Amino acid sequence: MKSIEELQSLTKELREDILTTVHGAKSGHPGGSLSAIDILTVLFFDEMNYDPAHPEKPDRDRFILSKGHATPGYYSVLSKAGFFPKSELATFRKLESRLTGHPHPKIPGVEIATGSLGQGLSVGNGMAMCAKLDNLPYKVFVLMGDGELQEGQVWEAAMTAGFRRLNNIVAIVDHNKLAQDSSVSELKDIEPIDQKFKAFGWHTIRIDGHDIADIKRGFEEARSIDKPVVIIASTIKGKGVSFMENQLGWHGKAPNDEQLQQALAEVRNG
Amino acid sequence: MDKVATRDGFGKGLLKLKDRKDIVVMDAGCSDSTRTQEFGRHVPERFFNMGISEGDMICAAAGFAKCNKTVFAAGFSCFLLGRTMDQITVSIAYSNSNVKIVGSHAGLATGEDGPTAQIIQDVAWLRSMPNMTIISPADGLEAEKATIALASHIGPAYLRVTRPAVQTITKDEPFVIGKAKALEEGDDVTIIGSGPILSEALEAAKCLRETGINPTILNMATIKPLDVEAVRAAAAKTGAIVTVEDHSIYGGLGSAVAEVLSEQPGSVLERIGVKDTFAESGSGPELYKKYGLDAHAICDAAKRAVQKKVTISA
Repeated sequence: MKSIEELQSLTKELREDILTTVHGAKSGHPGGSLSAIDILTVLFFDEMNYDPAHPEKPDRDRFILSKGHATPGYYSVLSKAGFFPKSELATFRKLESRLTGHPHPKIPGVEIATGSLGQGLSVGNGMAMCAKLDNLPYKVFVLMGDGELQEGQVWEAAMTAGFRRLNNIVAIVDHNKLAQDSSVSELKDIEPIDQKFKAFGWHTIRIDGHDIADIKRGFEEARSIDKPVVIIASTIKGKGVSFMENQLGWHGKAPNDEQLQQALAEVRNG
Repeated sequence: MDKVATRDGFGKGLLKLKDRKDIVVMDAGCSDSTRTQEFGRHVPERFFNMGISEGDMICAAAGFAKCNKTVFAAGFSCFLLGRTMDQITVSIAYSNSNVKIVGSHAGLATGEDGPTAQIIQDVAWLRSMPNMTIISPADGLEAEKATIALASHIGPAYLRVTRPAVQTITKDEPFVIGKAKALEEGDDVTIIGSGPILSEALEAAKCLRETGINPTILNMATIKPLDVEAVRAAAAKTGAIVTVEDHSIYGGLGSAVAEVLSEQPGSVLERIGVKDTFAESGSGPELYKKYGLDAHAICDAAKRAVQKKVTISA
């Protein structure tokens, strides 16, 4: 259990890791990593139960990065949590590295490959159903993008979890409002998100996805609910770097040397 | 002997596995057709009918597999595969999830339901999928044994089963994944087939012997990984090969054998399969006759192959 201040300080460090990792790879997805990093930090350093020395422990909580492109954030968190050395982040996206552009289970801490949007919630349901079958107390957390909700399979999975009353799955929507080439609302509006999930039998929680205390409150509330829970986290794509915030162009692009220096200075002081 | 559908053999195999606690069975809302229903009656706690949502089921199956379960996920092959190539790619094959995808009602043998229910592309799709094993059993007995063998095989696999009751043509011996088995031995031509269409090949063998041609009939139940040595040995022994499958001639068993033979010149090849077309409604035997998959067509193809071989060597 970490204090809010400790978690906040961690998010600064992890934002730096995201930026240097993407810069080092000369490619990758900074925007959606920066929008998700505060949520990931609370999940991995406050909420979830796991042991990096025994990543296969049967009763571990499961996490699935359904928005698989946010690997700079995910890998930064996994290395900070102790699943692999931080030095390995420098190999991100490079030949012979385990740290592929999108996650693969050969990476310690990664449960399953993702990278095609819309699959993670179904995978999470399978794991949550298996927890019931095996009578194990673990929970399953699935992080999705908001654009990802345009994939039809998300709603097949939402129906499955609601129908089976899976009270051990928590979906988090990183609601940063921007997809790759358009804003989500212009592309194909997903609102009202709450009513959609409610209609499928879910409990919904709205949080500010960059307010550590509010994120903690969201997970705390989720723990008390006896059905599937979706946390809709309002976030800013590129959060923490002025020239990346709310910009479509920073979905999948690396900063150059100069941009990196400016970005690092901003997140350190942020 | 009673006729048994390969899907029934699969259902029987599952029942024999019911005490294995690691086995989980899923279905996409057609358990009476795929024959997973009996397993569900016996072991309701490890049976999950996921509804008509194949992509959701495939990924949930991967979720179970990543929690150390051995999963059989069944459905109508057309939709089970047709709707889920992406889910199979990412959550099953690339993730190396221990899921056995069981597609029923494959091929023109499905009959009257017509082309939307007669999948002829499934093997082609999955042959290009890394990590994937593909098994197409010839009869109910072999399907039962293949199911049991797959339960002890670790990794992604596709079991292709079919609707109609078919003759039992295999022997009661252990099923070995990746090994072809000769059903008949002869020196003049080798007919390599997979699935219940092999009984047409056995019929064709009778007609061939009447004309003095002695065929080897090779049951290539595992299409991937292909028993390459068996293909090479057959080519060396008989110099003429005919492939037989209830599937498109593109991308299936015939293509797999052609790939091997192209690297080993010296034998001739004829392929029996569905030409580049969708079929229509009709009974299985009527469709086999019209689309050139029956014993008569196989016999003619074998004669052509032998004739070509003679012409080349002359």
